[in-house]
Amino acid sequence: MGDFFTYFFDHLPDVWSGLGTTLAATVLGSAVALALAFVFGFMARSGSVLVRGVSRVVVEFFRGTSLYVQLFWLYYAFPLLFGYELTPLFCGVVAFGMNYGAYGSEVVRGALNAVPKAQWEAAVALNMTPAQRMRRVILPQAWVQMIPSFTNLLIQLLKCTPLLWLISAADLTTVVQQMRDRTGETTWAYLTLLVMYFVLAYVLTLLMNALERHAKARLGQHTGVRGLLRSRSAQPAEAAGTSAGGSL
Amino acid sequence: MNYNWDWASVGDSLPLLWEGFKTTLLATVLGTLVAAVLGLIVAMAGRAPSRLVTVPVRAVTEFVRSTPLLVQLAGAYAVFNTVEPLTIGITVLGIHYASYLSEVYRAGIDAVPKGQWEACRALSMSPRRTWQAVILPQAVRNVLPALGNYAISMFKETPFLAVITVSEMVAEAREYGATHFVYAETFTLAGLIFLAASYPTSLLMRKLEKRLGH
Repeated sequence: MGDFFTYFFDHLPDVWSGLGTTLAATVLGSAVALALAFVFGFMARSGSVLVRGVSRVVVEFFRGTSLYVQLFWLYYAFPLLFGYELTPLFCGVVAFGMNYGAYGSEVVRGALNAVPKAQWEAAVALNMTPAQRMRRVILPQAWVQMIPSFTNLLIQLLKCTPLLWLISAADLTTVVQQMRDRTGETTWAYLTLLVMYFVLAYVLTLLMNALERHAKARLGQHTGVRGLLRSRSAQPAEAAGTSAGGSL
Repeated sequence: MNYNWDWASVGDSLPLLWEGFKTTLLATVLGTLVAAVLGLIVAMAGRAPSRLVTVPVRAVTEFVRSTPLLVQLAGAYAVFNTVEPLTIGITVLGIHYASYLSEVYRAGIDAVPKGQWEACRALSMSPRRTWQAVILPQAVRNVLPALGNYAISMFKETPFLAVITVSEMVAEAREYGATHFVYAETFTLAGLIFLAASYPTSLLMRKLEKRLGH
């Protein structure tokens, strides 16, 4: 055990750079996912059948074809088809963003549907423009509903980032595996790696809890400090849309 | 885009992908079984009266579901290097998803009305009979759609097994793609097969969800 940790602490800069790649993929990937989630979530509520149809097809396509295949497709097949090579990190960000954006769009749709109809009617009665209605009445309420599901998706996205190792981006997993190869300390290397991911996931959960508390406070629902420390609820990405309606 | 799509290699690689797909399905079915059984055990252990049981159980499930499946697989493969890869794959998939499913079961059990427990007590049923005849049949009904959704999730994560040398569908696609340099064809095909298998199943789950009145 000593060997591994000596090596680990001697090569901390490598760890930081791996951690940086992992975090970059997570943050950029979820930024893309968030943007796509809103675009496709709003499209799914459009009055036009065509717009709704496009959103449905795109969402089902990215949910259905497996993230792993999408990532490999971008990394291996895309350069062959278009003669343009993408960097591994870029492939990761695009694949994670599209995949989790598709799941997230269901969350957005579900949360918008869950805002009571009277709220929409009241905003109309007050003569608000559609933009005002969305920004000042509907979204603040829907946003609170979305956060717990987004927390789940964010952690799932983080847990997918080791895929970068397979397309040779030097992420955290790659770096620690190299250390394992140098020291031969298999058990300690993997345990350390798992603990690091666990801590990352926990920190992200805490940040999202704080965000939820802030969003609730804006609606005048003040929650205790205890809620900040709770862990997230388990929920499959598949069921992301239905959850905002409040089942299970 | 002036790429010559090689239809011959699409047809050529199909039997190989089909072989891989069988492994994918096998891993999904067995993995789901392990997860369903283990998840229930964990959920029941989480309701034990002693905190000596519940606290460690919760800590372990929390750890397992917060860490990446890929790292768990690679780690298990490196540590238990004498065990057959497919066995490791199914076990790790099962354990990983059991940590999700235990939460689902917990919610399903919590959703059984308290009156049902009290009625069992009033009828002086043994704990075993209470679970078997009254609580579980109702809880499983609550849980079924979520179980199906997790099975679909797992199905789409089976390509991770390629990391530990299991030749499932995507590994076959990659292998064929590498030897003939036709990645575009084989990966597209693999993706479409995933879509063709998972989309109808998820529609089915939605139907089931509606029918069970969720």
